[in-house]
Amino acid sequence: MKEIDYLAPSSLGEAYAALSNGKTSAFLAGGTDIIVQLREGRKQVDQLIDVKHIPELISYAWTGDGGLEIGASVPFAEIYEDDEIVRRLPAVIDCATLVGGIQIQSRACFGGNIGNSGPAADTVPALIALGATLTLGSADGTRDLPLEDFFTGPGQNVLGPGELIIKVNIPPQPANSGSFFHRFIPRNEMDIAVVNVGARIDLDADGERIEGARISVGAVAPTPLYVAAAGDALAGETPTEDTFARAADIAAEAATPITDMRGSIAQRVHLTRVLTYRALNRALERAREA
Amino acid sequence: MPRRAHVQTTLNGEEIDFLCEPRQSLLEVLRDELNLTGTKEGCNNGNCGACSVLMDGRVVNSCCVLGVEAEGAAVTTIEGVAEGETLHPLQQCFLEEAALQCGVCTPGFIVAAKALLDSEPDADEGRVRHWLAGNLCRCTGYDKIVRAVLKASEMEEVTA
Repeated sequence: MKEIDYLAPSSLGEAYAALSNGKTSAFLAGGTDIIVQLREGRKQVDQLIDVKHIPELISYAWTGDGGLEIGASVPFAEIYEDDEIVRRLPAVIDCATLVGGIQIQSRACFGGNIGNSGPAADTVPALIALGATLTLGSADGTRDLPLEDFFTGPGQNVLGPGELIIKVNIPPQPANSGSFFHRFIPRNEMDIAVVNVGARIDLDADGERIEGARISVGAVAPTPLYVAAAGDALAGETPTEDTFARAADIAAEAATPITDMRGSIAQRVHLTRVLTYRALNRALERAREA
Repeated sequence: MPRRAHVQTTLNGEEIDFLCEPRQSLLEVLRDELNLTGTKEGCNNGNCGACSVLMDGRVVNSCCVLGVEAEGAAVTTIEGVAEGETLHPLQQCFLEEAALQCGVCTPGFIVAAKALLDSEPDADEGRVRHWLAGNLCRCTGYDKIVRAVLKASEMEEVTA
């Protein structure tokens, strides 16, 4: 690794000051991506800004209306060890428990997975399905945006030069709602998604009809995709094999994958359809348990 | 000479301080600055778990931690697992079950397994295999390692 400066700001103000000191910066949270990228020369910066000493980034809390705000640097292990999150937001646990192995989950975090902006990022389809937004901060103030609007290309996003991710906001979920995150990899653990899918289904009060749905797919385009049309096709329908298959077809049509070492275009399109169908069924089960 | 940072940390129960460059990983600091060579370098990119250490009770890949991040933390390496001359039950069981061949992955496996048994002394086989998915072994085929961990979990010293 090239020589590098290390800063550990203890407040957002200090972090913004560090970002504007004229040097090129990267953020250090879990370090599981950035340290390797710097060591292998895939990225070069003058300074690393450790964002694990900023109170807003290392805490999480339920909001008064039942939403969950997760600081960008909170490690996955801290999230999935929280019984209330396990109970109330199982799709968050689906993704947090399968990013890397235990060693990675001890350090890696939502802010890092999102900020790294890989097309296959495992937390993203789950969070998009849950309707999550991001709060970004800079010396000029903060702004919120839907997670699906954050990504602009592989490793690329809308974060400005003086800006950082403060937190992920998961809004309160509808009463008869269920969500599920599904990933395909060729082995049981420790791999990057060939395709991953997040799905949420909102049922009406009787549990008979679908009021709305949100479907997001990853690793099949330059950025994670929010396929609004697939969810919209389910609104007003009853949950059946046919309606789920139609939504899965729409998700597969939205996929524009590439062929690489992990899978071919044809396999990824097929997996998008299969995983979407299965994720919808599992989301439905959870909605009925809710 | 690059600027070196002064870091205070608790290493294997002892308060120490060291100097390191910000670019040095905790793995490099342990091995090259502190001469604790029990922690091994495998892939050096977070995939193999050979460099596993405990940091504030959680198992981490020390190749993906900077030495400067150890400031104020409590770090346990394989050198801190035995009680003096008395092997930890995991170490004893790895020997008895022949759970190692070349030995490069072994410190990482023992440290990772210790983190599991410290928090879940009743972990079953599925849990052990899942927990150890971040540790790679190219010799044993894993069965012997899993047997050793399960045997250690049944020993009084661990479950007490």
